[in-house]
Amino acid sequence: MEHEAHYPALLHHFADAQQQKNAASLGMWLFLVTEIMFFGGMFCAYLIYRLAHFNAFAAGSQQLSIALGAFNTAVLIVSSVTVVLAVKAAEAGKRKVLVGYLVVTVLLGLTFLVVKGFEYREKFERHHVPGASFSFTDTFDDNGKKIPVNPKEAELFFSLYFAMTGMHALHMIIGCGLFTGLAILAWKGHYSPSYYTPIENGGLYWHLVDIIWIYLFPLLYLISRHS
Amino acid sequence: MSEHEEHASHSQGFSLAIGAILLALTATTVGAAFVNLGPFNPVVALLIATIKATLVVLFFMHVKGASEKLTGAVVLSGFFFLAILISLSLADYMTRSWR
Repeated sequence: MEHEAHYPALLHHFADAQQQKNAASLGMWLFLVTEIMFFGGMFCAYLIYRLAHFNAFAAGSQQLSIALGAFNTAVLIVSSVTVVLAVKAAEAGKRKVLVGYLVVTVLLGLTFLVVKGFEYREKFERHHVPGASFSFTDTFDDNGKKIPVNPKEAELFFSLYFAMTGMHALHMIIGCGLFTGLAILAWKGHYSPSYYTPIENGGLYWHLVDIIWIYLFPLLYLISRHS
Repeated sequence: MSEHEEHASHSQGFSLAIGAILLALTATTVGAAFVNLGPFNPVVALLIATIKATLVVLFFMHVKGASEKLTGAVVLSGFFFLAILISLSLADYMTRSWR
């Protein structure tokens, strides 16, 4: 492929475009592994505290809106599909289709954030945000039995809730910025069927953020809720 | 030397089907949360989440081209260390009351 040696996106320290692409992809996966460990630490903390203060964590979890959480899960799944379609469009060299899917992905990401914002607002209004004005009077509904819980332990639940969903939301904000940048560069024609690595690697990031939410949703919203 | 290995990438319809399965699994896990399964509620929820995550990794995050084995080893090492983190931590915290 003597053509590739002259390809403008090929950096001089790589033998060919394929090697450059492999290196970029491996680096991206290494970054994703560090992200898994980062969120894994918080998941581990959540599991340990949930085991130690089960009633308060269940009571806190029962205050979250399953409807909004499920809606946001669906939004993220659809956005992952649009990312897949964007990568396919890049692979096929369809510039306008690519830009379209990237823009739709950003809009879905913003939809997620707006819904998350409404959830946070409700938490502020009900004083469920950890801090000086935190108050928790709700009980743990154990299949109809109302069990009072220690508000300090419920505060721990909400601390972890805000740490985990907040860190996830920060990743979503970064993802929306990233994809806006990719959409602008795609519009300017920076990508072609022989070079679209940033689209692929941006997609990997987006899917990982989706996967983290796929675990956050049941752990925070669902598992303490039997009827 | 290394040709573009155009692995027949999944068709658009296939990706949409995986997306539909993921949405259906989301509905399933929400429905299951309202059924009292006792200690199995978390088990079912996490099992469904793991199926969904696996579908995303296998069918959405597929990396075409060479060095798939190396990438696979990197990804598996990540999950391996996550398993160590969670299993050893819980092995400690869950057994502290055994005196």
